[in-house]
Amino acid sequence: MEWETVIGLEIHAQLATRSKIFSGAATAYGAPPNAQADLIDLAYPGVLPVLNAEAVRMAVKFGLAINARVMRRSIFARKNYFYPDLPKGYQISQYELPIVCGGAVDIVLDDGDIKRIGVTRAHLEEDAGKSLHEGLAGLTGVDLNRAGTPLIEIVSEPDMRSAREAVAYLKKVHTLVRYLGICDGNMQEGSFRCDANVSVRPRGTEKLGTRAELKNLNSFRFVEKAINFEVARQIDLLEGGGRVVQETRLYDADRGETRSMRSKEEANDYRYFPDPDLLPLEIDQVYIDAVAASLPELPDQKAQRFMSEYGLSAYDAGVLTAGAELADYYEVVVHDLGGHPKLAANTVMGDLAGLLNRDGVEISDSRVSAHGIAGLLRRVVDNTISGKIAKDVLEAMWDERAEADVVIEARGLRQITDEGAIERAIDAVMAANPSQLADYRAGKEKLFGFFVGQVMKSTGGKANPARLNELLKKKLGG
Amino acid sequence: MSLNRQDIEKIAQLARLALSESEVSAYVESLTRILAMVGELERADTSHIEPMAHPLPGQRQRLRTDEITATDQHALYQQNAPQVQAGLYLVPRVIE
Amino acid sequence: MTALHELTITELSRALRARTVSSVDVARAFLARMDEHNTGLNAFISILHEAALSEAKRADARLHAGESGPLIGIPIAHKDIFCTRGEKTTCGSRMLANFVSPYDATVVQRLRAAGVVMLGKTNMDEFAMGSSNETSWFGPVRNPWDPARVPGGSSGGSAAAVAARLAPAATATDTGGSIRQPAALCGVTGIKPTYGRVSRFGMIAFASSLDQGGLITRSAEDAALLLGAMAGFDPQDSTSVELPVPDYSATLDTPIKGLRIGLLKEFFEGLEPENAQRIRDGIEVLKALGAVVREVSLPNLPLSVPTYYVVAPAECSSNLARFDGVRYGHRCESPRDLMDLYVRSRGEGFGAEVKRRIMTGTYVLSAGYYDAYYLKAQRVRALISADFERAFHEVDVVIGPTTPTPAFELGAKTADPVTMYLNDIYTIGANLAGLPALSVPCGTMQGLPVGLQIIGPHFSEPKLLNVAHRYQSETDWHRRIPPGFG
Repeated sequence: MEWETVIGLEIHAQLATRSKIFSGAATAYGAPPNAQADLIDLAYPGVLPVLNAEAVRMAVKFGLAINARVMRRSIFARKNYFYPDLPKGYQISQYELPIVCGGAVDIVLDDGDIKRIGVTRAHLEEDAGKSLHEGLAGLTGVDLNRAGTPLIEIVSEPDMRSAREAVAYLKKVHTLVRYLGICDGNMQEGSFRCDANVSVRPRGTEKLGTRAELKNLNSFRFVEKAINFEVARQIDLLEGGGRVVQETRLYDADRGETRSMRSKEEANDYRYFPDPDLLPLEIDQVYIDAVAASLPELPDQKAQRFMSEYGLSAYDAGVLTAGAELADYYEVVVHDLGGHPKLAANTVMGDLAGLLNRDGVEISDSRVSAHGIAGLLRRVVDNTISGKIAKDVLEAMWDERAEADVVIEARGLRQITDEGAIERAIDAVMAANPSQLADYRAGKEKLFGFFVGQVMKSTGGKANPARLNELLKKKLGG
Repeated sequence: MSLNRQDIEKIAQLARLALSESEVSAYVESLTRILAMVGELERADTSHIEPMAHPLPGQRQRLRTDEITATDQHALYQQNAPQVQAGLYLVPRVIE
Repeated sequence: MTALHELTITELSRALRARTVSSVDVARAFLARMDEHNTGLNAFISILHEAALSEAKRADARLHAGESGPLIGIPIAHKDIFCTRGEKTTCGSRMLANFVSPYDATVVQRLRAAGVVMLGKTNMDEFAMGSSNETSWFGPVRNPWDPARVPGGSSGGSAAAVAARLAPAATATDTGGSIRQPAALCGVTGIKPTYGRVSRFGMIAFASSLDQGGLITRSAEDAALLLGAMAGFDPQDSTSVELPVPDYSATLDTPIKGLRIGLLKEFFEGLEPENAQRIRDGIEVLKALGAVVREVSLPNLPLSVPTYYVVAPAECSSNLARFDGVRYGHRCESPRDLMDLYVRSRGEGFGAEVKRRIMTGTYVLSAGYYDAYYLKAQRVRALISADFERAFHEVDVVIGPTTPTPAFELGAKTADPVTMYLNDIYTIGANLAGLPALSVPCGTMQGLPVGLQIIGPHFSEPKLLNVAHRYQSETDWHRRIPPGFG
C-alpha cells in the first residue's frame, strides 16, 4: 500500500509591537513574573480592550506580502474556555471574518522546483499567559506577562506532502515575517510557534485521513522529526488494521516521539460570538495602499534580483536572501568592492558563515563588517594575497578585530607574484628533490602537485598560485 | 424546548458552576421556562435581516497608538490575589 | 429653613458657591441620615464616612480658592458596580465581597475631578441582574414608600437612597431598565443615556452591548448637571462615542410647543387602566405646553423581552468567566484540583439568578443552538431598532409607562424568573436599540409611585431632559417625600 502524507501548518507569530494588542503594557521578553500584566491583561472587573494600530498594520503587511485578500471589514470574536493562563475565560480572536483571506507562499523543493503552498487565512488574536510548575510545592504558578501579546495566526492549506516541504514552508514564512519586521522569529523564546496537522491517505485517493495535531514543535529540526515520526506511526496503525484518532499530540524531543496529550477541554465548545466590546475593524483602500508602499523588498523579489543583477545561481541567491540582514550585508560587500559578486558570495556563504557558526553569532553581530570583507577581497582581486591565504586573513581579522591590510602587513602575508622570486623558489625545490624531478620528467605527471605543495611550503603559502603553476610547468618541462 | 438533568449538568460543567442536586432540579425547571419564553422569537420573520451585534449603526473600531503606557504595579494588584508566590498566581497543579 | 437633605443639587450648588454652607456640613448631614435610615432600607453596602469627609474638605478648599464649578462639594452615592480605587466594589455579590479596586471607573474619576464627594456605595441586584434588588448578597433593599415592598432593580439601592433623601443623587446602570424601573418604583427621576455616551470603563460588565451608566436624581435639572460631568468620549472604551457633550442645563427651559410625542400602541395594550390613566394625565400636561400627540406602532417591540433574555445572558456568561478565584475575588477553601477550584469558587461566589443567567447564556451560545437563539435574537434586535428608527421619523419622542405595576411585595415574584423578567417589558426596547430614555414620577397607584417614560433618538438627551424639566416645572410628583423620610 502506498501512502500519501497530507500536512497543514498553523503558525502563531508574535507581532513585534511595543505594547500589547489590547492594552498598554509592554511586550518585551524576559520581565519578572507579572511585571508586564496590567489591569486589562489581568482581566480585572470593569476593564475594556482597545486595539493596537501597529498590530493591524503588521497583519496587513503580512497579507499583502503573501498576495492575500486584506479584508475591508473583519470582526473580533470571543473564544470561550477556562484555563489559568487565560484570565478573561475567553481569548479575543477572529473567527468568521478574519483580517486576511487566501494568499500563498512559494517554497523551493530539494530538486529545485518551486511549489506553491496555499494559505487559507491569517487573523489577529491575543496570546495567553504562561504556566510554571517547578518549585511551587505541587502547585502551578501563572505568569500573565505574555497574556495579551498580539499574535497573527497563519493557517495553511493542507498542501504539504512531506516533512521537508513542511519545514521549507515554515522557514519561508519565518524569513518573510522577519523581512517584514513584524516578528523576530525567535522559536526558543516562543515568538514563532508552529502546530502541524498530519494525516495520511492511500495514494491516489481524495478523501483526507483523520488528522492528528502536533504541538510543542519548537525548532525546525523538531518539526521535521515529529512529522516523520507521526507519519510512520499513523501508517503502522492503519496497516495494522487500527484507526487514527483525531487528537492533539505533543512532541517529546528526548524520546523523539509524539504522545497523546491530556486534553485541556474535554468538550471543546468554544461558543464563539462577536466580541461586543470591540467594533468591526474597517480598513480602506487608502490605508492598504499606504502599507503596500511601505513594504520592503521581499525575499523572492530579492532573490530574483540577485540572480539577474549579480549573476548568482538560484541556490546562492536563496541562501543569501534567507535573511534580510544577510542579504543587506552581502550587497554592501559587493557595492564597496565594486563588483565580483561571485567572489563575494563565496566568501560570505563560505568562510564568513563558518566563523559565524563557530562562534554562534548572528550576521548582525559579525565581528567583521561588510566593509571589512570588501577590504579583504580587494586584496585578493588585486593579487596582494591568494584566495587561500584570504581565509587565514579573515580568521585573524575576526579574532583580532583588525582590518585586512593590517593583518597582511603584520603577518607578512603578501603574495609573492614577483616572477624572479617564484623562479628562485622553484629552482630550490627542484634542486632539493632530484629523484621526484627525474620521476616527473619520466612521466609521473601526478608529481606536479607535489612540487606545487613544496614551493608553497617554502614560500609560506604566499606564492601566487597562477604564476606558480605557469612557471613550474615551464621549469619542470625542462 | 424542554431541558433535562443531563443538559443542565453539561451546561454547568461548561460554565464551571458546581450545583447541588436540588439546584440541578431547580434549574431544569427555570431554564425550561426561560427557553419557552425565548421561543417566541420564532414568530418573527427575520429572513433578510442581518444580526445586530452593536446598538449604534455604522461604528468602527478605533485604533490605539502602539506605546507603553502601563508600569509594573503587580505588588498593588496582587494584594487582591488569593494565593501568590514569587510574583506568580498559584492554582492547583495543572498537568499538560 | 429647608433641611439640607431636602435641597436639590441645583440649590445645594448655589448654597455652596455662595459659601452659606460648607461641603463638610452637607456631607455630614447626609452621612447622619444614612446612619439613621440605612438599617431599615439597606440602600447602602458601604458608607464611607472618612473618605467622604476628607473629599468634602478638599472641595471646601477648592471653593475657598475661588473655584466655581457647579458640582464642587456636591455629595452623591455610587452604585456598587463602579470601581472605586481604595474602597470596596462588591457588585452586590459574594464573589467580590472583599474586593478593593486598584483603579477608579472613568465615571468616578470624572465626577471626582468635578469636585463631587462620594458618600458611599449603593446596594444592587447581584451583578446588575434583577428587577427588584432581591438578589444582592448583602440582603434586599426596601422601598422607602413601603418597606414591605421592593424598590426595583438592579439599581434599587441608588433609587431608595435618593427617594429617602439619603443622597441627593446616585449613579446607576441600566441594561434592561435597571435605572428607569427602580426610579419609577421609588418616585424619583432616572436617566439611561444613549449607548456609548457614558464610558463603561470601570463599570463592571453585565451585558456589554446593552449596559449604560446613568443617574438617579430628584429632578431632570439635577440630572442635567451631573450628566454633563459624567458623559463624554473615553479612549479606554472602544464603544465610547466621539461626540462633544452638550450643555444639558442650557436647554432645559426650551419651550416644547410643537413637540411631537408618540404614544406607543404596543405599550398601552394590556396596561392596567389606572397606570394608563397616569400616563395620559402626564401627556395632558405636555399637551398644555404645546406638544402634539399621535399614536405610533412598534410591531416588533413585544419581542423585546425574549430578545433580551438571549442576548444579555449570552454576553454575561462570557463577561463573568473571569471570576474564577485565581487573581481576585472569592476562592473556595482547599481546592482539590483546577476543576474543583473553578466550580466551587464560582458555585459559592455567585447567587442563583446570576447562575441562571450564566447557564442560559452558555446554552444559547453553545454548538447547535447559536443560530437558533443568539443569531436569531440579534436579528430581532435589528427589527426592533428599525421600528424605533421609523417611529422617530414621525415623532420627536416616544412616551409610555415605565413599569407594568408599581412596587410589588418582597418575595412576590421570586418564584418564577419569567414573571420577574416581565417587569422590564417597557424598558428593554431602549437598551436593545441603544436609545436614551428617562423616567419621571407622574402620579401614584394605590399610594405608590408610578413612572412616565420618555424615549428619544440617539443622543437626544438634551431633548429628553428638556421635556422632563418642563413637565416637572408644571407638576410636583418629583418633590414628594416618602412618609417618615422628611
